[in-house]
Amino acid sequence: MGFLLNTRVGQLIVAVVLFAAVVAALLLIAKAADGVRERVRRPAMVAIFAGPALLLLALGLIYPFFRTVWMSFMDARSQSYVGFANYVDALTVPSNLIGFRNTFLWVILTPLLSTGIGLVYAVLIDKSRFEKVAKAMLFLPMAISFVGAGIIWKFVYEYKGAGQQQIGALNAVIDALGLEPVRFLQDAPANTIFLILVLVWIEAGFAMVILSASIKAVPEDIIEAARLDGASPWQLFWRITIPSIRPSLVVVLTTISIATLKIFDITRTMTGAKFDTQVLANLMYDQSFTFGNNGLGSAMAVFIFLLVVPLVIFNIRQMAKNREVRG
Amino acid sequence: MTAAVTDVDSSTQAADAAMGGGPRGSAATSARRMLGNRIGSAIALVIAVLWTVPTFGLFLSSLRPERQIKGTGWWTIFANPGLTLENYEQVLGGSSSTNLSQYFMNSLVICIPATLLPLALAIMAAYAFSVLEWRGRDVVFVGVFALQIVPLQMALIPLLRFFNDTGAGSVLLYLPLWIAHTIFALPLAIFLLHNFMSEVPRDLVEAARIDGAGHVAVFFRIMLPLMMPAIASFAIFQFLWVWNDLLVGLTFSGGQRLIQPLTAALAALTGDRGQDWHLLTAGAFVSIVIPLVVFFSLQRYFVRGLLAGSVKG
Repeated sequence: MGFLLNTRVGQLIVAVVLFAAVVAALLLIAKAADGVRERVRRPAMVAIFAGPALLLLALGLIYPFFRTVWMSFMDARSQSYVGFANYVDALTVPSNLIGFRNTFLWVILTPLLSTGIGLVYAVLIDKSRFEKVAKAMLFLPMAISFVGAGIIWKFVYEYKGAGQQQIGALNAVIDALGLEPVRFLQDAPANTIFLILVLVWIEAGFAMVILSASIKAVPEDIIEAARLDGASPWQLFWRITIPSIRPSLVVVLTTISIATLKIFDITRTMTGAKFDTQVLANLMYDQSFTFGNNGLGSAMAVFIFLLVVPLVIFNIRQMAKNREVRG
Repeated sequence: MTAAVTDVDSSTQAADAAMGGGPRGSAATSARRMLGNRIGSAIALVIAVLWTVPTFGLFLSSLRPERQIKGTGWWTIFANPGLTLENYEQVLGGSSSTNLSQYFMNSLVICIPATLLPLALAIMAAYAFSVLEWRGRDVVFVGVFALQIVPLQMALIPLLRFFNDTGAGSVLLYLPLWIAHTIFALPLAIFLLHNFMSEVPRDLVEAARIDGAGHVAVFFRIMLPLMMPAIASFAIFQFLWVWNDLLVGLTFSGGQRLIQPLTAALAALTGDRGQDWHLLTAGAFVSIVIPLVVFFSLQRYFVRGLLAGSVKG
């Protein structure tokens, strides 16, 4: 018994066994219910199959959602009503405003750069002999955590004073060119751009995979017809390829924007949100869990939600439209 | 494609070949021609190098002695030879402050149930939303789908309070982490698996029902086998998501080092000992190695899942 509760593997075994038992019990009840009258059977089946998931969603997403909105109108310890004070704080205190400004930069630059690079790369390697390997190379960072990527790039950006031997790859190149080494992560406002490039490095592979599949789906007879009509490669690309893959381009752009709005790991790992690199999602975490200000932290969460909503709605409508087009 | 079109295709292809032209004209090849093959290849090569060299540099550095990592760049490996496993010994078995092996175990203990739980619940829910017929089904399904809009951040504080108030983590320490990851995975999992399940021909289910099979039998004998590729795709995604997650791990471990995942420990190490590159490089590589193995061995499923739209935020 001690082994099961006091060791990590023990806890793992208990969890898996416990959970398997619950599922087995549910399915046994379902099996028994299969034999009863239709009027009883139908609701019983729904309750057994969908009930557990719906219960967890109500408890873990729907209730917290309303609770967070409520807390955003309360003080730091959720004891008295403060109206819009937290929202005013969020939009007027200079250190918070830096978070908004940086988040704006992140959300504009990350989708554009990663989609652009992903598209160019997808086009360049299409049908080449090394296509599979080439894809895996760009795709590889997608498997790496933001924390891992943060460390990888912190190492690339590493700075040593002029005259010392540089151990960061970028400053070594700069040094070799005879220029002054750059403090990539310390000097604002450029440091935010260098953090953004890390996310671009991760997301470009995602853009490339989706766009590559989409490019391959452009019917060849259209291209062939345009070529026979004397269209130049440049015209072909802009007048045929781009319009044909536009639905995928939009989905890729919005999907990356949504992910970018919630990013906090990279900032946290690489600069600890110091040197003016604060972002919205990290503000939310710091206020709620470091400074214990549930009011302001909740208001930040609501801001993230409000910014995500239009993007998600746009994304869903676009996906629905794509499905219609494909038939 | 009709025979006529194929004919045209092959004849132009033959023509191209005869004239020494490039491969036949897909959207991408014509665009590549636009850039010129040489320049295009050079650009692709530069991108490929930028996307792989940083990871390679990290790996090579993790094998160099501490003094060399801190003093010289990894590209000088030939001028300053010497590889060692010392850094790995330190992060996997060294003194407790730099020992990451317990966090590695934590990550595994968190990941396995946090993948199995949402998967099983979502498959069952998907069955209820696609095969079972009941009033209000479509409305509830749209509701579940709409929950994807809610950012994790909206749920963190109330959920954490709930766990604290109920003492959920007092016996099974990892319970809050398992449940939190499960909840956050459900909307997308149900949506995706429902889509796959709706594509299974209704006749199959009807035929089995007429033969007297109950829902449990249909679920196990028809749905599960047909759903295996979709299930594999989602399982890989969820595993990687949980393994790479920092936000949920940090929040629901309540700062307790005892149950923190590897990502949280690494983030803390980067903050506390940001210049100890011998520890950071080896530690980061330890955390990367599992996703890389999963990724390379199951890339096919990974890409399929991606194309089906399984991107979570």
